[in-house]
Amino acid sequence: MSALQIQQDEINKELVLQGEKPIEKIARIIIRDPLSLASLIVIILFILLAIFAYQVAPYPAQGAGKPSVSTTMLSPSQEHWFGTDRLGRDILSRVIIGARPALIVPIGVVAFAVLIGAPLGAIAGYKGGWIDETIMRVTDLFLAFPSLLLAMAITAALGKGITNAAIALIISWWPWYTRLVRGITISLKERSFVEAARATGVRDSVIILRHILPNTISPILIQATVDLGTVILAMGGLAFLGLGTQPPKPDWGLMIAEGRSYILNQWWIATFPGLAIFVVVLAFNLLGDTLRDIFDPRQYR
Amino acid sequence: MQKLEFIIRRIGTSVFVLLGVSIITFMLARVVPSNPAALYIGPRARPEEIARVAHELGLDRPITVQYLRYMNELLHGDFGNSISTKRPVVQEIKDRFPATLELLLFAMGLAVLIGVPLGVISALWQGKSIDIGVRTISIIGVSMPAFWLGLILQIIFFRHLDILPLSGRVDSDLRFISPIEPITNFFLIDTLITQNWIAFKDVVWHLILPGLTLAAYPIGLISRMTRATMLEVMGQDYIRTAKAYGLPPAFITFVLSLKNAIGPTLTIIGLTMAYALTGAFFVEIIFNWPGLGLFTVRSLLNLDYPAIMGITLFGSIGYILINLIVDLIQAWIDPRISLK
Repeated sequence: MSALQIQQDEINKELVLQGEKPIEKIARIIIRDPLSLASLIVIILFILLAIFAYQVAPYPAQGAGKPSVSTTMLSPSQEHWFGTDRLGRDILSRVIIGARPALIVPIGVVAFAVLIGAPLGAIAGYKGGWIDETIMRVTDLFLAFPSLLLAMAITAALGKGITNAAIALIISWWPWYTRLVRGITISLKERSFVEAARATGVRDSVIILRHILPNTISPILIQATVDLGTVILAMGGLAFLGLGTQPPKPDWGLMIAEGRSYILNQWWIATFPGLAIFVVVLAFNLLGDTLRDIFDPRQYR
Repeated sequence: MQKLEFIIRRIGTSVFVLLGVSIITFMLARVVPSNPAALYIGPRARPEEIARVAHELGLDRPITVQYLRYMNELLHGDFGNSISTKRPVVQEIKDRFPATLELLLFAMGLAVLIGVPLGVISALWQGKSIDIGVRTISIIGVSMPAFWLGLILQIIFFRHLDILPLSGRVDSDLRFISPIEPITNFFLIDTLITQNWIAFKDVVWHLILPGLTLAAYPIGLISRMTRATMLEVMGQDYIRTAKAYGLPPAFITFVLSLKNAIGPTLTIIGLTMAYALTGAFFVEIIFNWPGLGLFTVRSLLNLDYPAIMGITLFGSIGYILINLIVDLIQAWIDPRISLK
């Protein structure tokens, strides 16, 4: 038996442990896997950096966009770890403050996509019939577009800017959660605790809220982790195209676009914000990979 | 018979989805913007001009009439005129698409040639360091923003090693030395037909960096999928039996296992190709590749609505078609697939 199989068996054993909340189960598995734990720590660190950006950044004013004429295009040094850009602004500070639109906004996007998608999926799965058909055909339509292309078109229609880019990404991503939750709901509907509730005359809305949705939380959490990497890349893409955060504010994707013309001589301008995207997305993907071994949300699609 | 029914139903769904996609695109162009006519004519228009354009575009008519008119134009292959170039959007797409498609196909070829063997190797040495190495490559591949990876490759291969060109589709001096005769506008094919070897080499040289950049994500997904399906197939009884009979390992791996693992891999190839279509836009910007991507970005930033909607529609049609083709091929090679 290989190490991987033994590990898998342990996970399976853990899954049948009685009386343990799914969230605790996920937490325990993450703590045992060094790579996942490291990823989680990296993610938490970046989130903390974003929250306390103005306290942590060495040059908060420059980070927010204030030019500094005397320090243009400096290569990385003791004073400026990541160097400075064309307008003399400290790149480290801009990467830290840029984490807000580049990391926190995508987390918000996924949260909103879940808030829209999950209830619709539960209703579709629980009610069945024409309600199910209607909701699912609408999700089919949205999923027929390449997500990023749809988001680009919506942002253009609404007007460029971080808020509209976020709205566009929510519109492109909610159908995935509808599909996921619908699949789970259909399998839960047959379970005895739901049938018992129904038999005793509990209202549908109460069954969905109390019995169905709480049971979808851990699969949603796993799917959201897997998706966050993609959403961060998509947001980076929109920002890179100039559809997201507008200058002089910082955003990782935008900073790459700004540093693009200087890539051959002032390589640091575009390299560090790109590295930030890469590290964060890598962390989410590694974490998502481990979680997907516990429960593969794709089986419900 | 069941198979035929599946195929007909599958095509039927695609038509329905296409119709829905056209409605959403229409809404994005005509309903979401507060004043579409003002957007069509540009920022410095006088009110009476806007009113005239609104009338010309039929924006003063009921929304259903507008949609039917738009559909009618679409069915006649008319996507409207681009605001910035004043030429038909269809023509703009037609002129630029070969460059994008050539890059896309080259990248997908690379992705399959690299991704499938990596997946097979990874599965054969499951749990060994080579497996861990391949899985690391694959996860790095799916985590890199293409527009950043492209820049990094430019720094390494152009700036430092100086072995590959920085950007563009061909060298700017090529037209003096050995110009390409455009026949299909796929430069690889054109140079092969005309046996223009100098140009052929130049075209390949220019394709490598953007091709690799675009292939990174598909390589990750394809190798991962190949690994997973290979492991699944290799665990099955008939493979064990084949091993017990002492059939050559190469035969077991490449004929018995890989043949049966190719189905799911094919699906992922189709899906990543659809994804790579959007990815190509970013790669084109980085490498100054004269395809649809540069045109798309210019249209997005200039609010060139007819162009944006044309490209969105075009991209979605491509996406739907790729998915349809993948499903049909699978129905053809896998007898178990029928109505679902």
